[in-house]
Amino acid sequence: MTALGWFQILFYLFVIFLITKPVGIFLARVFEGEKTFLDSVLRPVEKLVYRLTGVDEKHEMRWTEYAIAMLLFSGVSMVLLYVLERLQRWMPFNPQKLPNVDPTLAFGTAASFTTNTNWQAYSGETTMSYLTQMAGLAYHNFVSAAVGIVLAIVVIRGIARRETEELGNFWVDMTRCLLWVLLPVCLVASLALVSQGVVQNLEPYTTAQLIVPHTEQVRGADGKITIEKVTEQVIPQGPVASQEAIKEFGTNGGGFFNANSSHPFENPTPLSNFLEMVLIFAIPSGLTYTLGRMSGSQRHGWAVWAAMAFLFFAGVTTTYWAEARGNPLLHGVDQQASAMQAGGNMEGKEVRFGVADSALFATITTDASCGAVNSMHDSDTPLGGLVPLVNIMLGEVVFGGVGAGLYGIVVFVILAVFIAGLMVGRTPEYLGKKIEAYDVKMAMLSILILTLTILGFSAVAAVEPFGTSSITNPGPHGLSQILYAYTSSAGNNGSAFAGLNANTPWYNVTTAVAQLLGRFFMIVPILAIAGNLARKKTIPESSGTFPVTGALFSTLLVSTIVIVGALTFFPALSLGPILEHLLMLAGKTF
Amino acid sequence: MTKTARGRRQSLTDRKLVSRAILDSFVKLDPRTMLKNPVMFVVEVGAALTTIQLAWDMFHHGREIGFGFQITVWLWFTVLFANFAEAMAEGRGKAQAETLRKARAETQARRVWGEGQTEIVPSSKLRAGDVVIVSAGEFIPGDGDVIEGVASVDESAVTGESAPVIREAGGDRSAVTGGTRVLSDEITVRISSNPGETFLDRMIQLVEGASRQKTPNEIALNILLAGLTIIFLLAVVTLEPYAVYSGAPQNLFILVSLLVCLIPTTIGGLLSAIGIAGMDRLIRRNVIAMSGRAVEAAGDVDVLLLDKTGTITLGNRQATALHACPNVNEVDLARAVQLASLADETPEGRSIVVLVKEKYGLRGHELAQHNPNFIPFSAQTRMSGVDLDGMQIRKGAPDAIMKYVAERGNEVPAGIRQTVAEIAGSGGTPLLVAQDDRVLGAVALTDIVKGGIRDRFDRLRAMGIRTVMITGDNPLTAAAIARQAGVDDFLAEAKPEDKMALIQSEQAKGKLVAMCGDGTNDAPALAQADVGVAMNTGTQAAKEAGNMVDLDSNPTKLIEIVEIGKQLLITRGALTTFSVSNDVAKYFAIIPAMFSVAFPQLEVLNVMRLATPESAVLSAVIFNALIIVALIPLALRGVRYRPVGAATLLRRNLLIYGLGGVIAPFVGIKLIDLLLTHLRIL
Repeated sequence: MTALGWFQILFYLFVIFLITKPVGIFLARVFEGEKTFLDSVLRPVEKLVYRLTGVDEKHEMRWTEYAIAMLLFSGVSMVLLYVLERLQRWMPFNPQKLPNVDPTLAFGTAASFTTNTNWQAYSGETTMSYLTQMAGLAYHNFVSAAVGIVLAIVVIRGIARRETEELGNFWVDMTRCLLWVLLPVCLVASLALVSQGVVQNLEPYTTAQLIVPHTEQVRGADGKITIEKVTEQVIPQGPVASQEAIKEFGTNGGGFFNANSSHPFENPTPLSNFLEMVLIFAIPSGLTYTLGRMSGSQRHGWAVWAAMAFLFFAGVTTTYWAEARGNPLLHGVDQQASAMQAGGNMEGKEVRFGVADSALFATITTDASCGAVNSMHDSDTPLGGLVPLVNIMLGEVVFGGVGAGLYGIVVFVILAVFIAGLMVGRTPEYLGKKIEAYDVKMAMLSILILTLTILGFSAVAAVEPFGTSSITNPGPHGLSQILYAYTSSAGNNGSAFAGLNANTPWYNVTTAVAQLLGRFFMIVPILAIAGNLARKKTIPESSGTFPVTGALFSTLLVSTIVIVGALTFFPALSLGPILEHLLMLAGKTF
Repeated sequence: MTKTARGRRQSLTDRKLVSRAILDSFVKLDPRTMLKNPVMFVVEVGAALTTIQLAWDMFHHGREIGFGFQITVWLWFTVLFANFAEAMAEGRGKAQAETLRKARAETQARRVWGEGQTEIVPSSKLRAGDVVIVSAGEFIPGDGDVIEGVASVDESAVTGESAPVIREAGGDRSAVTGGTRVLSDEITVRISSNPGETFLDRMIQLVEGASRQKTPNEIALNILLAGLTIIFLLAVVTLEPYAVYSGAPQNLFILVSLLVCLIPTTIGGLLSAIGIAGMDRLIRRNVIAMSGRAVEAAGDVDVLLLDKTGTITLGNRQATALHACPNVNEVDLARAVQLASLADETPEGRSIVVLVKEKYGLRGHELAQHNPNFIPFSAQTRMSGVDLDGMQIRKGAPDAIMKYVAERGNEVPAGIRQTVAEIAGSGGTPLLVAQDDRVLGAVALTDIVKGGIRDRFDRLRAMGIRTVMITGDNPLTAAAIARQAGVDDFLAEAKPEDKMALIQSEQAKGKLVAMCGDGTNDAPALAQADVGVAMNTGTQAAKEAGNMVDLDSNPTKLIEIVEIGKQLLITRGALTTFSVSNDVAKYFAIIPAMFSVAFPQLEVLNVMRLATPESAVLSAVIFNALIIVALIPLALRGVRYRPVGAATLLRRNLLIYGLGGVIAPFVGIKLIDLLLTHLRIL
């Protein structure tokens, strides 16, 4: 570990702290319909959208109506993406003449992008046409992110409003989210990325002659290995920058290229890397401030932020430590950081990012449900890879996905308040709202769905040939690969232990199902909580009220998240990364 | 608590209670009963599964069964211990119910029918609306209101208080309870409840827990516990495929042990005991809560409405000071006022005599030889006094005395007017004393605030509860007493409908309100309040409107009720937190035990250094079972409640039950493991 490495991590956290308030205020203003500096430009556009679509701006929805609108919207969008993938061969903007996408992969990808997961069982540059990338995938990057954000806003409204059924209008919230938040920021961020060297064009791929040709072993169709001389390289092109900004800002994570943010055309410089990392946490962090502002308890917003920041810092410290330490089995190899090398475990990492920025990115992308990667998590040391896995298992509530992180942590807040709230001698209440059987039921339901999806699918995959045959490394690492696949899917993260061959019918279908369960079966109970909270009276605060502010509450929240998450997944983890780590120390790797 | 009440409970020996509870814990093994408690039901199913496996192993494989046998035994103990906790909690109530049943024995009733005719009917035939006559020595056949007559009644069967109470027609002391006995005189009672629905019946059901319904918070907590149980069930069920993948499959005993250790058995086993014990604590303070919901609501109360008289102040005003006019000797004033009050039998009058005796050492005079002529108080003159030896001494309301003096052609000294204003301003009632045509001075009558009441209000404030004093006094007096007693707010010149309006306005702000009352005109407010405590001496209407009845008729009890409600909730929360925190250590005991044979490297997770995999698993299971027993006293007694702010309370309880819950099992499991190894049990 180096001073520079630590500086980058702390500086990053500091920047996130600085932008939390402005982002939070802006989001609150957008969704409360208050004035913003963009109104003069966007308000006419917004009105035009409503006139064309026949949306009544003033109409407020109950939670059920909101949920149905959201589900219909997502369902139709998913079908459109599927159709586009299946027909891309005959559509424009396909200079490479890429064929139609195979049905299970098309279904898996449609589910993946609709659910903001962006799990990719394909290589973008060899599978998706420019049209599919732009009109299909990038479209979903925007709208799935918007869906997450507006749902978080609905949850906050549920907490803040009292004795009402009205939670806002899905179409209005979506429109405002896209127009005011996602499009303007992505426009600016894309240009900033272009300035760093991210490409943006619709050209066919470039073929370059190698200055020094090299030989490669190629396995032929008959299974024979032949030696081939390679003299040229195909360099993919495409509208990358426009997709890159929303990939981060919407915590989507689906790379234009297979190598994702480790590809120089997606993430060329340390500066672009930093910008991408800030974009990932910007909205999730800002939403904690929005929560505080709209619910009238700014200190509660900061207490939630502090709990998230603590878990983030603990995660990044562990990963950085594990990766910087390198592989203890490599005797006689210099793994020390120095002026000439980054040091530590550099397998699967980009030299331009080094260990610290890779550890930081891996933590951020799995804390948030982003899933973009600038290094390969599969190549991390066992403990370094454990952290991303645990981050997702905790429910991605450490800042979390856009919106999803906030509504996810509200579930834990409700549980924390419910379990410990009794200890102050009152029936539990959260910001003046009594937490009752219905709320607990829905909160437990959402946690159960996550657990069932991750552990259930993984258990089947671990003992059935169609599951284990995709494993590329035996032993505990193989189990980690399977666990990671379903954890990432159910958590709508999308990153992978890429060693697993996920493009099989079993994995395409089951991961897609896991993603749909993890997204929509989580959201509906949470919307139900929002609807139920909004109906309740608000009890005024007194000195006898359970405090949801301050260090004590943050500690309680962290403990609840860790205990519920860790207790659920500890047995599985002990046979995966933990065992792998211990075996590595004993001299065995996989 | 009164002496008889205490005696009644001491009559049942602990041994009897325990042996009965042990028996009950086996009866409760019935799966239909267990199903009500999902957590313990899962344990029972687990125990049944291991029993079957054990039998299978014995007959078919002839395998070493020592370990499986011990695990199975302790799993059954886990279930039995939880049942025992519930049975212990119910036991006390059951014993009390028996005593009450005796009081409910069939009696004869003289029912009035037609014009002045009566007939003898068994009490079980009485219906609401019937009118009966009860004479001295007879039992009152059912709940009702006295509509004619006055009688002294022995209510010890219900209240435990042996001193007889007066029940009379009209007013706020008209309610009588079935099963109590008339000691003197004769009363006519209109029965207000049907057989099986009487107060005594309800009380029996309540103390027995027969009509016990889960309270809202209990239901919510049960959902949480059931949810956690399912999550851990998933974790354990899916662990087997991972274990198979890893080449280290597990046997049923280990998997069930892991499951039982992880699911929240501690709180699951003690939850209903906590609820029953909370009700029981109320009953021991002679408060009957009509539902568990009311006890829970008591913990949530934000505003307490307290009647001034009898709750905050002693029942009557007392003389506390004499203020002599300039040029008047204070002792002369004292002597004059003593003479004027000797025949005054009102509490105020008596308090003047007491004050003079204590403060000025003046003994009562032998007055007969002076041929006194006492002037009683009348509403017209608004003063009383005495004429003797040619002196005319009067005491009374200031304006009345001023008028009296003015009529005799004298003037009132200027200073005394100010004294009068000062006394009134500080919450007292001024009386003026005149001798002939001269004002001697003033007597201050003040409300005496009950000792220690200020501390109790401070405690309530620390809990975040606002106290509001209700009084018929004028605002000035009310403010002074409020200040003295330390209440947060007051409602002066209050009429019954004002009380109602106040409750409604607080509730509209989202607050929960508690109050107590006795009169019929309190009934609507009692019904409106979230916690309405009716005095047992009150009217039937009040008792039916409230959701609790205080058999001691002590309005101050409201504060204790709130504390009991809070204690109940805290105990529940504390044991839930403890139960969940325990799991951390159990993982460190069982996971390495499961896999360290296949993967010796996992032995580093065995941080407790438990001797063998078998002893580790068994120690965890034994700890899990014993902790239920160890916490039974806490569940029954309740976590001690301290009136401090929520943040302090939370920090304290989180440290004890959260952090303590993480650490305790590490120590406990290690000790059990040492013991097992030492005794060579495994």
